[in-house]
Amino acid sequence: MSIVQASMPPQSATAELPSVWQRLRTNKNLVALWFMLPAAAFLILFLAYPLGLGIWMSFTDERIGRAGIFIGLENYEWLWSDTIFWLSVFNTLLYTLIASAIKFAIGLYLALLLNRHMPFKAMIRAIVLIPFIVPTVLSAIAFWWIYDAQFSIISWSLIKLGLIDHNINFLGDTNWARGSVIFANIWRGVPFVAITLLAGLQTVSPSLYEAATLDGATDWQRFRHITYPLLTPIIAVVMTFSVLFTFTDFQLVWALTRGGPVNATHLMATLSYQRGIISGRLGEGAAIATAMIPFLLAAIAISWFGMQRRKWQQGSDND
Amino acid sequence: MTDSATMESKKLVTGVQALAQSDDTEGMSYLESLPRRLITLYLPLFIILIVLLFPFYWMALTSIKPDEQLIDMNTYNPFWVVHPTFKHIEKLLFETEYPRWLWNTMYVATCATILSIIASVLAAYAIVRLRFKGADTVGVLIFFAYLVPPSILFIPLASVIQAYGLFDSPLSLILVYPTLLIPFSTWLLMGYFKTIPYELEECALIDGASRWQILVKIVLPLAVPGLISAFIFSFTLCWNEFIYALTFLQSTPNKTVPVAIVNEFVDGDIYKWGSLMAGALVGSLPLVILYAFFVEHYVSAMTGAVKE
Repeated sequence: MSIVQASMPPQSATAELPSVWQRLRTNKNLVALWFMLPAAAFLILFLAYPLGLGIWMSFTDERIGRAGIFIGLENYEWLWSDTIFWLSVFNTLLYTLIASAIKFAIGLYLALLLNRHMPFKAMIRAIVLIPFIVPTVLSAIAFWWIYDAQFSIISWSLIKLGLIDHNINFLGDTNWARGSVIFANIWRGVPFVAITLLAGLQTVSPSLYEAATLDGATDWQRFRHITYPLLTPIIAVVMTFSVLFTFTDFQLVWALTRGGPVNATHLMATLSYQRGIISGRLGEGAAIATAMIPFLLAAIAISWFGMQRRKWQQGSDND
Repeated sequence: MTDSATMESKKLVTGVQALAQSDDTEGMSYLESLPRRLITLYLPLFIILIVLLFPFYWMALTSIKPDEQLIDMNTYNPFWVVHPTFKHIEKLLFETEYPRWLWNTMYVATCATILSIIASVLAAYAIVRLRFKGADTVGVLIFFAYLVPPSILFIPLASVIQAYGLFDSPLSLILVYPTLLIPFSTWLLMGYFKTIPYELEECALIDGASRWQILVKIVLPLAVPGLISAFIFSFTLCWNEFIYALTFLQSTPNKTVPVAIVNEFVDGDIYKWGSLMAGALVGSLPLVILYAFFVEHYVSAMTGAVKE
């Protein structure tokens, strides 16, 4: 920095006593403060503050149009004995576990397929990502029509094939509804997992596979001992994101079932909306939303420590 | 696996070829016979592609199907359309407020994206290049901000928006969406800024450029691909956002496409499907067209944010 000052002729005249303006312009920390200001303002006003406010609201009995008073843990006590709340916790865990596991399996498989040599490679990869580009709600609406109780194309096809003899009530029957919602989520999530894992696969040097083949490794051995270890870091990150977004999913379920039938597909997020905004009990809704935080922290912690352990094993300190 | 000697020599040859050329060679795929490739590669890929694309086909087909074919699946083959009609799309564009919703969505997405990109460029530059005290901590905090999901924030945000008097106004979304976009864009741009050589900036500093001039005249032109990635990905996220728009917007003309589709068309009418699907199709098209032009940027945005 001192060289900079010296090489600027207009400044050298007043160099003895830099003015306040001069210092504001050149002090690195102050300049950085100005640069950080817009982003920090948004994130503090509309992210950090609401996060804190949400936790505070969960300890009040605030309703829409009426300020709340502090009631301690009453909301949580009420939820603790509320079977619908526990059902939504169960649904959320079920939804997250099944959808994430299948998304990972199919996504990895699809990434391995796309990594192979074939004609129209670039175009096929581009097409795969389309479900991820289209807004979730709009594709959920398409699924709603596909799952229609009367005019479902799936039921029609299965009847024509002679596999079933009457329409499946996809969104009206408890288990079918759960399965249908999970399928729609997997459908939307697979492209993301596949394309990000594909990016990871492309960094693996082909010469490793060639060397392994020369040594007589089978397909499975090459996957298990080359692909998988080299891919682990990116798998950890992708699956963390996938789990977080699945756990907090709202729009897909809201567009398809709104939590029905008989709360069978209510996730914690949809229940929170139902109680907080539709019924107007903001405090209770906030409590349900806050109850999601420990689960999220646990998911983040697991992947964080997994990565640390791996870094330690590899003995590398770069990111 | 017949003659191992020729196999070995073949491998050697291809190994040399692979060294000479880039990674886009056939690799070891010549080792597989065509029938084997059919079963292990083309067939599964074909099935997955069909499943991934079927909902869009169904959406498009339904939106041009006459009503009587929609509900009569026995006289007509439901997988095809006999006399396509634009009635549903016409109804959508001229009898509903759909153009208004489309405009709202685009307006909110554009404004929020521009705001976020400006804030992210400044923040990313400060974190990567100014190296101020605590820059690393701020970087980690921004990463964590990325992990905070909207579904735990919408209730308190609703009361914040209410307190600021922004309820039922597009401005509420323009101000709130950057919280989803800034963490992601900052993280992405940090990666891009890191690749720009220090020497360029040092030269400019020696020539007397201010930090602002360096950012505008040197760093930004070099980071254009990153800016495009951040821009289109942010735009897509805005278009896709649902829960905030659902919570903050009440009156019909102010809604965005995803919210309006879910709330305004559901009238129990058995013939709603045509216009509903037309609405979903028309709402998706702008993004798909944008995507078609910028596929590479999308992919680098998605993978860039995950890789760091």
